[in-house]
Amino acid sequence: MYSQGLIGAGSDNTETPEFLTAFQARIDADEKIEPNDPMPAAYRKTLIRQIGQHAHSEIVGMLPESNWITRAPTLRRKVALLAKVQDEGGHGLYLYSAAETLGVSRKEMTEELISGRAKYSSIFNYPTQTWADIGAIGWLVDGAAIMNQVPLCRCSYGPYARAMIRVCKEESFHQRQGYEIMFTLAEGSAAQKDMAQDALNRWWWPSLMMFGPPDGDSLHSDQSTLWKIKRFSNDELRQKFVDATVPQALRLGLTLPDEALAWNEAEGRYDYGEIDWDEFWSVVKGHGPLNKDRVAVRKKAWDDGAWVREAALAYARKRAARAATPLVAE
Amino acid sequence: MNDTQEIPLWEVFIRPRNGLSHRHCGSLHAADSEMALQAARDVYTRRGEGLSVWVIPSAQIVASDPQDRDQMFDPSDDKIYRHPSFYDIPDDVGHM
Amino acid sequence: MHAPLFAALIRLADDHLILGHRLSEWCGHAPMLEEDLAMPNIALDLIGQARALYSYAGDIEAAGRDEDLLAFGRLERDYQNLLICELPNGDFAQTMLRQFYFASFMLLFWAEAEGSSNATVAAVAAKAVKEAKYHRRHCGEWVIRLGDGTEESTLRMQEACFVLEPYLGEFFAVDDVAIEMSKASILPNPQSLRGAWLADVCEVFVSAKLQAPDLTHAHKGGRQGRHTEAMGHLLAQLQYMQRSFPNMTW
Repeated sequence: MYSQGLIGAGSDNTETPEFLTAFQARIDADEKIEPNDPMPAAYRKTLIRQIGQHAHSEIVGMLPESNWITRAPTLRRKVALLAKVQDEGGHGLYLYSAAETLGVSRKEMTEELISGRAKYSSIFNYPTQTWADIGAIGWLVDGAAIMNQVPLCRCSYGPYARAMIRVCKEESFHQRQGYEIMFTLAEGSAAQKDMAQDALNRWWWPSLMMFGPPDGDSLHSDQSTLWKIKRFSNDELRQKFVDATVPQALRLGLTLPDEALAWNEAEGRYDYGEIDWDEFWSVVKGHGPLNKDRVAVRKKAWDDGAWVREAALAYARKRAARAATPLVAE
Repeated sequence: MNDTQEIPLWEVFIRPRNGLSHRHCGSLHAADSEMALQAARDVYTRRGEGLSVWVIPSAQIVASDPQDRDQMFDPSDDKIYRHPSFYDIPDDVGHM
Repeated sequence: MHAPLFAALIRLADDHLILGHRLSEWCGHAPMLEEDLAMPNIALDLIGQARALYSYAGDIEAAGRDEDLLAFGRLERDYQNLLICELPNGDFAQTMLRQFYFASFMLLFWAEAEGSSNATVAAVAAKAVKEAKYHRRHCGEWVIRLGDGTEESTLRMQEACFVLEPYLGEFFAVDDVAIEMSKASILPNPQSLRGAWLADVCEVFVSAKLQAPDLTHAHKGGRQGRHTEAMGHLLAQLQYMQRSFPNMTW
């Protein structure tokens, strides 16, 4: 994706109403917007923010799961988990690449993440305490992510849509992997069943929070919908997730930690209880159980790796200089 | 030394199998061509996606300007005589 | 033949599992994102090879132990990996140098084992040789870049050479098991690979501007289950689930 020509570009504020109308007409006609196309500065800014946050979520999302790679209970589980966490890194990479086409560099985005300024999915600020958490994350967190991501494959911005197609294709094994872990636990000993139920209790509500604040409160939704960056509202996606997930939980023989949960025959959907939005905002604002740890771990990896990146660049410069020097001096 | 320089960006092209051309599939960062090639293998061919990889420094790509789209591509629109359907031949001649 | 073959398979499997386990500790913490994808690829190959070897060892033993019982169900003294595999990762220089040493050795080892008189071993080797070739290439390129990169990276690479040097001789140690395997043309005699290995290492080290390793003073004991202090902590994590919840299906 061709970002080099764009670095630093795109903040011209000479947008006329005609330009904005013409741009909207392209979006309405379902035309894709490509990197070098003229686009409103706010469209570019919204995408950089959203794709950046999405990429950060993949990268930070590696941490709660990698916490269990060295303790996976069988070799089969170990390779599956390692491959899954590796995929998350890949997804972060594809997404950073998509954002780079908009004129922001991966280095800038990384620096924003490790400074603690950048946002990422709040669910990754919760700890993974037991092996069942790995099942619950795959099943619920990846399940919720897929609900969010499938519509993004049709996003108006070409590079983002293409990255999401690749992500969704790869992600299909993640949720099945998680559900299989949960299913094995649910079929297992009493201790295993308890472990599965406990994980579900802890991850259910944070999973519902992954869809973001209720529709009335969301700052960016309306404009993003007009620009076809967002295709469904937070509450619509949350409902889809609940409707898809409740039967899966029943099949496991587990109980969802929501007494208000009930099938609504008239509406053809599940009603669910009140989400604790105070907890959500508290975690988003940096006060979740592990916000500081997650950022600190990413910062450590980046800082500890600085000498490696410098060495790679220094070697590349030396090699280029050697190639440019004639072998025989005359 | 400080880490101020960005590691260069590369574009990755993959041939899924012989008989098909290489297709752009994404980008990555690497300090030199050998590391770019290996990173392309590790990032973009984890599920048997390809049999051949090209990597090209993104800075080396010359792209047409979208502002020039009219002059670059519109002039070909009215050259309908380049397409087979422009020509009438009797139906009973069959497929040609 | 069963007992020595079983022992030889367990040794190899332990090498691959323990080193793959160590490498997997990097996942999510690499110096750059591209390497966060590269290192798990190598770790997955290593653990995959371990699985094939444990499974075959379990078949030969015919005592009902599967890959997981062998991988997770033994005491520290029963693990027989090379000590170099269990050392803590250290920095990226030490991690890459260890992987390079191991891949360079295994490439020679598997290449010869492709012609094994044992069909299962030959099949494992045929798959593993391709993987080791790539590991050697990737890690070798890093050794060169870090050795001939910046002042800091050169110092770190030299330190890595210093730390790992006493663990290199063990690659080539020979005992009854190794001799029996080599006599039966099942696995190569490690001692016979020493010259080729050293030549391969030196070739990379010339480009990396590093001094050839000295194999004179070698720590030994891994093959007899005499481990470093790091091993118990590694096993505490590796075996955590199987120890806390024995005899369950996961």
